[in-house]
Amino acid sequence: MTPGEASTSRSPARPLWRRALGPRLRAAGLALPLVAFVTVTFAGPMLSLLTKSFYDPEVADALPETIAALRQWDGDGAPPDAVFAATAREFVAARTERTLGRTANRVNRVVSGMRSVIMGGSRLMVEAAAEAEAAGVTTDGAFWRETMIGIDARWRTPEPWRALRDAGQRFTARHYLKALDFERGPEGGYVRQAEEWRIYVPLFWRTLKVSLGVTLLCLVIGYPIAHLIANSPPRRANVLLLLVLLPFWTSLLVRTTSWIVLLQNQGIVNDFLVAVGLIGDENRIAMIYNMTGTFIAMTHVLLPFLVLPLYSVMRSIPPAYMSAAASLGATPLQALRRVYWPQTLPGVGAGCLLTFILAIGYYITPALVGGQSGQLISNMIAYHVQTSLNWGLAAALAALLLGGVTALYVVYDRLVGIDRLGLG
Amino acid sequence: MPLGRCAPALACAARAAARRRAPANARRVAGACLLAAGGLLAGCGPSGDAPAGEAPGAAAGSQERSLTVVSWGGSYARACVKGYHEAFTAETGIEVNLADYNGGLAQIRAQVEAGAVHWDVVDMNVSESVTGCDEGILELIDPSILPSGPNGEPAADDFLPETNTECGVGTLLFSTIYAYNRETLVGPPPTTIADFFDLKRFPGRRGMNRRPDANLEFALLADDVPKERVYEMLSTPEGLDRAFRKLDTIKDQVVWWEAGAQPPQLLADGEVVMSTAWNGRIFNAQVLEEQPFEIVWDGQIMDRGQLAVVAGTPKLDEALEFMRFAARSESMAGVGRYISYSPARRSGQPLIDRQAETGTEMWPHMPTNPENMKNFLMADWEWWADHSDEMQERFAAWLAR
Repeated sequence: MTPGEASTSRSPARPLWRRALGPRLRAAGLALPLVAFVTVTFAGPMLSLLTKSFYDPEVADALPETIAALRQWDGDGAPPDAVFAATAREFVAARTERTLGRTANRVNRVVSGMRSVIMGGSRLMVEAAAEAEAAGVTTDGAFWRETMIGIDARWRTPEPWRALRDAGQRFTARHYLKALDFERGPEGGYVRQAEEWRIYVPLFWRTLKVSLGVTLLCLVIGYPIAHLIANSPPRRANVLLLLVLLPFWTSLLVRTTSWIVLLQNQGIVNDFLVAVGLIGDENRIAMIYNMTGTFIAMTHVLLPFLVLPLYSVMRSIPPAYMSAAASLGATPLQALRRVYWPQTLPGVGAGCLLTFILAIGYYITPALVGGQSGQLISNMIAYHVQTSLNWGLAAALAALLLGGVTALYVVYDRLVGIDRLGLG
Repeated sequence: MPLGRCAPALACAARAAARRRAPANARRVAGACLLAAGGLLAGCGPSGDAPAGEAPGAAAGSQERSLTVVSWGGSYARACVKGYHEAFTAETGIEVNLADYNGGLAQIRAQVEAGAVHWDVVDMNVSESVTGCDEGILELIDPSILPSGPNGEPAADDFLPETNTECGVGTLLFSTIYAYNRETLVGPPPTTIADFFDLKRFPGRRGMNRRPDANLEFALLADDVPKERVYEMLSTPEGLDRAFRKLDTIKDQVVWWEAGAQPPQLLADGEVVMSTAWNGRIFNAQVLEEQPFEIVWDGQIMDRGQLAVVAGTPKLDEALEFMRFAARSESMAGVGRYISYSPARRSGQPLIDRQAETGTEMWPHMPTNPENMKNFLMADWEWWADHSDEMQERFAAWLAR
């Protein structure tokens, strides 16, 4: 008697799905390490970073009374005395505990220049508080209004207070608005930034264009290569595959620098063209530190990601199909278009998607070879993660990028169908 | 590591697993097998090397004191090792593990927030050390720990103005200058910062750092703004527009560089006729690689390099000991004997004589040489702390247009 029969006979009423539950759970259990790994190293950190794009409690936590008092304020002119008193008390306390710098930096992101207003002002406020205590003066709201405006006349205007109030919002859309080139207008609502300040939206567009262009270029170059490898005798195919993989084993910076040596004005390619007399010495072609350089270097780096999936799909297409098409009277071009190309579509889709997604995150290569056009959205994300430590804005930019890629993926799914995606 | 070495252990483990159901002695076989597997698997890791930065001293722990110092790498880090790290280890017995980084505060912040600080002392730009200090990820440095000069000069007077901040101890002054290649630039040589922007008299491409700092200051200085008014002008929309208008005049001739090693390369290859650069990099090319480069000191933007201690480091005592040592005039002069960065202390200046390897006279190459300081601007970290994000965005938007 098998175990299965035994259990059926003992409890005949037990439904089928419950009988299958045990093995299923065991199977799921085997995947647990993977799930745990992905959660701990990928999903968790990503979610916690993305949360920062709309949840920013730092200023609200650091200056609770100020933020609460500012909620009562109508946003015009200077706020009431109670706000001055709460702000002064919390600035002085935070300054003494050395936590004010962090707050000042957060507020500075809302309105530039607030860092020194708060840091410089609070130093004098600490002194004023000590003097007042020594002299026995009561430090009420009116006292602080006078003192703060005396230290910095800007406290008389609504701008610094609006900056504090905005920075004090726990749940906020300001990182997203900033990432779409909006700013607070003089009336308090959000307006598009002046043209010379718009940066993120143009960079998103450029990133999209460069990535699409590089993907297309990779496809045009990679398709014949993959076809050649897939239809070569094994020994030659191995050598060719090795050549495609070679860039993988070279450091990214070495590859990029090699392109600089080759393509620059006084570089090998230009020297050669001048030497054979194709161009004059004063008409050397600018092939690097511009868009051309970006395309050349990125295509080189990303080509293997397109060739490999294509190759593995093409290898599984029997050569007999093309012969059959030819024997039925198709010209080579017709056979390619109507027989071969449709069968390679899964590989084309997988390769293009892979290349495109990798291209969207590229920034070191374009930064080195792209000149003034070599700036992509990832440069700004890296800047805000590493240098300005404005992780909220970095997260908002990353979320927009992620959203954009997901949207493209959905469109792609509608057009081509994700189940047709194949790696061979 | 070839996988072959791991194969016996894996096979053994597989055999042991297969016999699990079998009773009695099989369990012993499995045990022995696992022991063998454990021993072999130790050699199956991704690589046999210890991770970078984890020098033997870290493992020895109790007997041997050590600390991790993070710096900019390249010829500068070498100058620090030769200039005073070695002397520090000889005097205190504390091993210095040197790690490289490329600036930025993200790693420090991550270590502090995760409570796993393994960088102890970091070499930083003053603007970053100020931000780091505000963020609370660097230790406050009590100015009273700074040693007095060789002749008893009190530290407070001996350090050059604005070299120390709350968390950062100034060690050197460096400057952003522009340089040209004598061999590729024909005609009379450029002498002023305005010449850098003069495409009529000095045609040819220019190298510039793809960052707003120094470039905006250069632009205004070249546009005849007195140096005292540069930051005041940059704080107004009109002044900022003026700076960008000046940059516009050379924009299509600029090759933008990212890394400090690029300008000497661009000059040597003849890609540009002149380039902004950090003075130490040009010095290196001039003296160690004998390149025919000339520095134009007019309009140099002087800035300070600092050391800072990462907040919450378990090796605070060693780190502070290192800071005290690095803050000696002799240590700063030690660096200045290898690379042309000026000591941050007055008493350090006369200690610099000749380059330790080539015997080149160092003083003519120093940013603080009065000959080179006839027209210089001290970078204003407070202004940059207020405006760097804004300027970064404006500059990026300008570049993209």
